[in-house]
Amino acid sequence: MRALAALLMRDMRLAVRVGGGALIGVLFFLVVVTLMPFALGPDLALLKRIGPAILWLAALLASLLALDRLFATDHEDGSLDLILMSRAPLELVVLVKGMAHWLTTGVPLILAAPLLGLFLNLDAPAEGALVLTLVAGTPALTFIGLIGAAIAVALRRGGLLLAVLVLPLTVPVLIFGVAAANAADGGVIPFGTPFTILCGLTLASLVIGPVAAAAALRQEME
Amino acid sequence: MRLIAVDLACRRGGREVFAGINFSLASGEALTVTGRNGAGKSSLLRTVVGLVRLAQGGLTIEGGATDLTIAEQAHYLGHLDAQKPALSVTENLRFWAAFLGAGAASIAPALEAVGLDELADLPAAYLSAGQRRRLSIARLITVKRPIWLLDEPTSTLDAAAQQSLIALMRNHLAEGGLILSATHSPLGLDGAKELRLDRTTAPAAATTGDVA
Repeated sequence: MRALAALLMRDMRLAVRVGGGALIGVLFFLVVVTLMPFALGPDLALLKRIGPAILWLAALLASLLALDRLFATDHEDGSLDLILMSRAPLELVVLVKGMAHWLTTGVPLILAAPLLGLFLNLDAPAEGALVLTLVAGTPALTFIGLIGAAIAVALRRGGLLLAVLVLPLTVPVLIFGVAAANAADGGVIPFGTPFTILCGLTLASLVIGPVAAAAALRQEME
Repeated sequence: MRLIAVDLACRRGGREVFAGINFSLASGEALTVTGRNGAGKSSLLRTVVGLVRLAQGGLTIEGGATDLTIAEQAHYLGHLDAQKPALSVTENLRFWAAFLGAGAASIAPALEAVGLDELADLPAAYLSAGQRRRLSIARLITVKRPIWLLDEPTSTLDAAAQQSLIALMRNHLAEGGLILSATHSPLGLDGAKELRLDRTTAPAAATTGDVA
């Protein structure tokens, strides 16, 4: 237990230090979302309608950014060998690394989302729904991404492979996340339906992600 | 406590690295693994801790904590230093000590033992290769584990640091530890057994390096 707590603290500390992924993720999020109105033009009704989708897509890409280094740095400097030898079950180790990634990448995105929502002409109920869907949905992005990060660990420049592997798997999360965020703004579907499915996807990924990533890491080490 | 290897074989990338390795190592004994580059010294150490899958043969451990695997009772000092450049010397060591199950009290004495106490707050990025190696060695002191697997432990160390490492190894053996060390240069441990890996002998000769 103390080993896992130490790992969580170390990964979070590394993420917020120079060269860590926390700041990069949120800056990327900021840049992508700010560019959108320039590309689409100052059509407030259009921005309001597609705002949740833009924010969700940007959050998806931003959370992928730091993911490819999650296991790769530990592999390159030999830490992964010692982690694999440890008494803590590898599945829990992977879960903890995922938690550290979400706390340092997902949470800043959630905090930045309301501000960026203003840029896209979202009103208060839509902002609230968007933040709720990001809280419920971004852990799924991290934990699905863990699988790709574990598969790409031994490859140099595995980031591209990671995106190709992971992005298709995140389609359901994207669909129900955006559907729930849009539903709050009026529509035929009640907010609860897609939101419940989104929560279900996150819970499933919390279980499947660490188990699959641990299996991939064990294979990689051969 | 006794570590017994019977008829170990390792295959990597479809090529046989070594085969027919037998050894037996008891408490207080050291075994140095020698051989030319690519002979499989590192692979043998990685096989023992389970980081490389055994193609054949078996590793058993007699005595000691029976519910723990070899890897869980061993320290592995590989070529890579397992340190994060962004963390300070103390932070790096504190993480591994906590991860391997030791208290914070063991950190300052361990840094002193390897002569890094004055650099405790320096980011590990600024350490030289030898200092990084010494920081890795500090890990072996903070957490007591009976089996030490050392891969070229003296490489990059200066003469004084080599002597202090060898003193640490002697101390570990005197306390009943086991040391399995891959090395090119003789370590100067008294009574260390030697296992020579030599790929020029046919892998079929199952007696290669039988020092039991």
